[in-house]
Amino acid sequence: MSFPTFSLAQQRTSVPVRIDDEKCIADKGCTVCVDVCPLDVLAIDLTRGKAYMAFDECWYCMPCEKDCPTGAVQVDIPYLLR
Amino acid sequence: MNTIEREVDVLVIGGGTAGPMAAVKAKQADPNLKVLLLEKAHVKRSGAISMGMDGLNNAVVPGFATPEQYVREITAANDGIVNQKTILAYAENSYAMIEELDRWGVKFEKDETGDYAMRKVHHMGTYVLPMPEGHDIKKVLYRQLKKTRVEITNRLVATRLIVGDDGRIAGTFAFDCRTGDFHVVRAKSVVLACGAAGRLGLPASGYLFGTYENPTNAGDGYSMAYHAGAELSGIECFQINPLIKDYNGPACAYVTGPFGGYTTNSRGERFIECDYWSGQMMEEFHNELSGGNGPVFLKLDHLAEETISQIETILHTNERPSRGRFHAGRGTDYRERMVEMHISEIGLCSGHSASGVWVDEHAATTVPGLFSAGDMACVPHNYMLGAFVYGRFAGESAARHAQEHGHARVSASQIDAERNRVWAPLLRESGLPPAQVEYKLRRMVNDYLQPPKVTRKMLLGLERFEAIRDDLELLHARNPHELMRAMEVHAIRDCAEMAARASLYRTESRWGLYHARVDYPERNDADWRVHVQLHKNAASEMACFKRPLEPYVIAMDQDEHAAYQKLRIHKEAVPA
Repeated sequence: MSFPTFSLAQQRTSVPVRIDDEKCIADKGCTVCVDVCPLDVLAIDLTRGKAYMAFDECWYCMPCEKDCPTGAVQVDIPYLLR
Repeated sequence: MNTIEREVDVLVIGGGTAGPMAAVKAKQADPNLKVLLLEKAHVKRSGAISMGMDGLNNAVVPGFATPEQYVREITAANDGIVNQKTILAYAENSYAMIEELDRWGVKFEKDETGDYAMRKVHHMGTYVLPMPEGHDIKKVLYRQLKKTRVEITNRLVATRLIVGDDGRIAGTFAFDCRTGDFHVVRAKSVVLACGAAGRLGLPASGYLFGTYENPTNAGDGYSMAYHAGAELSGIECFQINPLIKDYNGPACAYVTGPFGGYTTNSRGERFIECDYWSGQMMEEFHNELSGGNGPVFLKLDHLAEETISQIETILHTNERPSRGRFHAGRGTDYRERMVEMHISEIGLCSGHSASGVWVDEHAATTVPGLFSAGDMACVPHNYMLGAFVYGRFAGESAARHAQEHGHARVSASQIDAERNRVWAPLLRESGLPPAQVEYKLRRMVNDYLQPPKVTRKMLLGLERFEAIRDDLELLHARNPHELMRAMEVHAIRDCAEMAARASLYRTESRWGLYHARVDYPERNDADWRVHVQLHKNAASEMACFKRPLEPYVIAMDQDEHAAYQKLRIHKEAVPA
């Protein structure tokens, strides 16, 4: 069994905001969740046309989930607080 | 990366609560003025009320309270250290603001006759007005901004105010947290409404953004006001709140109190007479937490099913709606279990306590042309409605100032210096990650500044904050988003130093836990019945000085003065 090697330490994190790719319509030009986030932590992956959490800096305040037109966004309580 | 310059008449920094109101009121005062609202996030969902608010905590409604009663209540709650004129100006304009918000479409609870359904939470008077459908308040504000044609820019992070050669305010520097472009916004008058310094202490969870306040409010406004030469006041009167443990949002006794909920110790017994947040209440909360009867809980499990459902609807759709999700994850049902509570990290916030930029009853700071409102302006216990009322004052004052003055002259060297400072973390090839510096800085804040305050610890804290000042020169940002975090670390460090220096200066204890000094345990009215002001002095050093209290405009009797010092419930002695 072989393990991957790493060049420099990268802190892993479980992110609180999950996007359901089936429902996300970022590929149609939607950016609502990215627009409303007070901390600007969401982004659109242009290659896939889907939203994702780019920075683990969440206030679990929920505008992204509430304002998403298709119900694609789910905000979990960050693991450290859960 | 480009440099973008623009010129407006009135610039409002901060699009949360006070800021939109200031911008609307400036535009209404003179529609010919060019009014720009500059926001770090997005005006639609920014600030402390991004998900709405569940009630007014300080509504002065005729028939329930008078402005004079309210001034007495807050004078007592803030242990006498208030400029009563500023509180009275709020109180006299509180009801007109409620009516205006009502006309704009904000929903307040009313009884069957159409009167506001006022509730009692404070120690003496009745000031709480529930807003069970208060979740749309940002939408209401946004409609008014569009209607009055206020210009808006989102995702611009203000870093320093521009000060003219004659000492007048001249605008702000900012950068775009997505492109890194540097902005120079020139203005005749500026309203600072950047919210609390909410990312000062580190929450017990260790999660940097799990703060009580919206963590976007990192203390940028306090830092900008300080560097522009403004006086700040009451910084040593920290904000510490009783919150749901770990979740770090309010439990919330203001909502549940009028329904019969209350704060208890582990035996299910009440230990405080009044759940209104004051330093004295927090001291009793702290005593109970650390004593044998801790921890502390919010008790709702004795209430009827329909009452609990109603409470759930309010608490799980307003202000911090993820509260319900947190309880579900822990298996906490209000019907069966009390909610475990804890005390928050420290912050600076005049909306809840008293720390802020010094303003008069027209929202004017000590810098000509600079006005301030909301959580960062020193009008004690001002809450959301106070942010709206002072937002109005600030907008109207800023409009008047812009009508009477031209643009101040600004040296080119000031622009170059700030652009170099802001871009430096992006231009460095390597260095310290902003999140690591922030974590260490805020852990030091907890270690050395969290009350009860100890002189020697605060001095050590200052040494650490000085050392971290050197680390600022090593911050490295890989993109404009990280640059935003890097520049926030600058502001947080400034706030940490302010918190330590102001606390060291006031050599007495006051405001219960907010300024409990172990080395000076007594309140000392002879020497310290004064405001402690903090500013950048002529030698560019952070310095404190005393500002005498203005004579009270509302007389207080002895009982009223002492009302908030008797919050603990003492059990009657049981006869043998």
